[in-house]
Amino acid sequence: MLHITTLHYLVVGAGLFLLGVIGVLTRRNVVIVLMSIELILNAVNLNLVAFSRYWQGMPVRMGGGATALHGQIFSIFVITDAAAEAAVGLGILIAFFRNKETVNIDEVHLLKW
Amino acid sequence: MNSVVQYIEGYLSSNQTPGAAGNLFWVFVYIMLVFGGLSVAVIAMNWLERKILAHMQVRLGPMRVGPHGLLQPIADALKLLLKEDIIPAEADSVIFWSAPFIVVLAAFTTFVVVPFGPTHAITDMNIGILFMLGVSSLSVLGIVMAGWASNSHYPLIGALRSSAQMVSYEVAMGMAVVTVVLMTSLNASGTGTLSMIGIVQAQLAQGEWFIFKFFPLGLIAFFIFAVAMVAETNRAPFDLAEAESELTAGFHTEYSGFRWSLFFLAEYSAMIAVSSIAVTLWLGGWLRPFPNWLSNPTWDLVFSLVPGATFLFLAGMCFYSTARMPKHPYFRIQTIGLGGFGAVLVLIALILFVPGVRTRVQDVFWFAAKVSAFMYLYIWYRGTFPRYRFDQLMKMGWKVLLPMGLGVLILTAGVALVQQNLWHQ
Amino acid sequence: MAPVATPFFFYLLSGIMLIGGILVITRKNPVHSALALIISLLAQAGLYLMLYAPFVAGVQIILYAGGIMVLFLFVIMLVSIDRSMRERQFNSQWIVGLIAALALGGLFIAVYLKGNGLLPERALPALEADNTQRVATMLYGQYMFAFEIASLLLLVAIIGAVVMAKKKI
Repeated sequence: MLHITTLHYLVVGAGLFLLGVIGVLTRRNVVIVLMSIELILNAVNLNLVAFSRYWQGMPVRMGGGATALHGQIFSIFVITDAAAEAAVGLGILIAFFRNKETVNIDEVHLLKW
Repeated sequence: MNSVVQYIEGYLSSNQTPGAAGNLFWVFVYIMLVFGGLSVAVIAMNWLERKILAHMQVRLGPMRVGPHGLLQPIADALKLLLKEDIIPAEADSVIFWSAPFIVVLAAFTTFVVVPFGPTHAITDMNIGILFMLGVSSLSVLGIVMAGWASNSHYPLIGALRSSAQMVSYEVAMGMAVVTVVLMTSLNASGTGTLSMIGIVQAQLAQGEWFIFKFFPLGLIAFFIFAVAMVAETNRAPFDLAEAESELTAGFHTEYSGFRWSLFFLAEYSAMIAVSSIAVTLWLGGWLRPFPNWLSNPTWDLVFSLVPGATFLFLAGMCFYSTARMPKHPYFRIQTIGLGGFGAVLVLIALILFVPGVRTRVQDVFWFAAKVSAFMYLYIWYRGTFPRYRFDQLMKMGWKVLLPMGLGVLILTAGVALVQQNLWHQ
Repeated sequence: MAPVATPFFFYLLSGIMLIGGILVITRKNPVHSALALIISLLAQAGLYLMLYAPFVAGVQIILYAGGIMVLFLFVIMLVSIDRSMRERQFNSQWIVGLIAALALGGLFIAVYLKGNGLLPERALPALEADNTQRVATMLYGQYMFAFEIASLLLLVAIIGAVVMAKKKI
């Protein structure tokens, strides 16, 4: 319990992922659903960076070593992607809100109104 | 007692910042010193701003409270502490309460990496400049929360405008900073650095301040940063969001007393923080003028006498003002007070002439002198320029500064590439 | 520099992160949820620093906490929330959602218990001094194509967000 291994980080990441999934599945407010999606992406990032740290201990012939920072680079791309997705998602939300005056996700059930 | 002196001596002769050495006691001492110095600087800025603005507007400013208004900031602080704490009725109390703290937290945390000397920083992070830019962007959140929690129109509009302006000018600041980071990689080892101490040491190794590097590219990058940093801290001429004639004080309208003083503290600390970034990145940080060219011991001696000479000059101005005080008995206490203040300044100057103190205080003095020049520039801008309208402000951030920053970055990269190839041949 | 008190900081930061996550999904006021998410993101930046990834920590603070969350707060203010705060907060299928999430959690536990032997502890190099340089070398070398595609993605996102939020296209 006291020596922090990679598994500790993975468990924390999994917990955050579960919280995000619960938020997406159970809340009615669209903004909070989008924030739960950000939680999911953050959990994935934590996994990636934890594994990147683990790979720095692997031998170089297997692709490890001190310069094996693939996980960190992947997480930078995930952060970029999360920014783009948040921008587009919130744009859709604003367009939708302008028409229907509600942020309840249960009201988004028609293709055309 | 002897071991305490030995411990202090042992620390003073180390060549690492306390954070890098892992020395918790000295980290706390440095944090207290930076905290105290920052508070004194904010108080001095308050007085200086009112006096300098007044003199620019051909009036005198505060003259009553102490001799020449020197005790005015203390009176202001007392007033703010004793004011009634009003909270709007429908305000969201959690957010209302925590917004000033977030802004103060963001403003003060940036000082962890500010280098006052080659080993005089609280710590030297490898991502120093990235950390400072990131933490100062957290103050936008505090402003948005403050405007929202006040549950009133003027603060909301002020907060939205202010945060939109800060976010826009952060991009231009980032471009200018990346240009400097590019310039740090042009030394012999070929790797640049993001650490603040490393950037100043790169300027020392390359023999020129980055404001003069690849003339005029360093100068244009400095200009972009200087404009963007004024917009970032919501100061004139970009203070539409909090100007009294426009929005009745913007996002901190509904804050009174101690909460408002926290916003005030955070604004001036942010000004000092971004000025520290500008000084470290372009003006050579703690380096005295001409550290490489004029480096024989006589020039070292001359430059090390400058701090004491500056305080002697200030003391001289105090004594001159004392001599010009009216000879009425009502002014006796003020005259004595001003004379006493001059005597304290002479004492500090004499301490700064002692050889042991002289060499150690040099770095901090030059850094503080350069940052003070920037503070004077801030006050000068406020007294001189008319305010930008909000659409003109946003247009300038996105359509003028950002393309200029991109252009300077590309040109600097090109010139650096050419220089490296010519040098390696 | 040797790391100090690693278990304490790990449990503190991950506790803050998880409590922030719980507050995000349970608060009625979206502004409170956004604040909790900011705290969670800052704690995560601390965890990245513990994993010797200072550049990713810096990027997280600048982009996520300083950029994306400001965007969220703007939109929350533009979208009126008084009506939504008085409505029911959890939708009608919350029980099924919770059961599905707990089943997923059980799957995670099973995977971690079975696969724990695949991650033997090795000696890890304690380097941090040139992390940014290495990330930059890889990003502009091996991952150049992905970098360009990411910038194209951001351009598409900017154009998309502007078009969708306009009043008249």
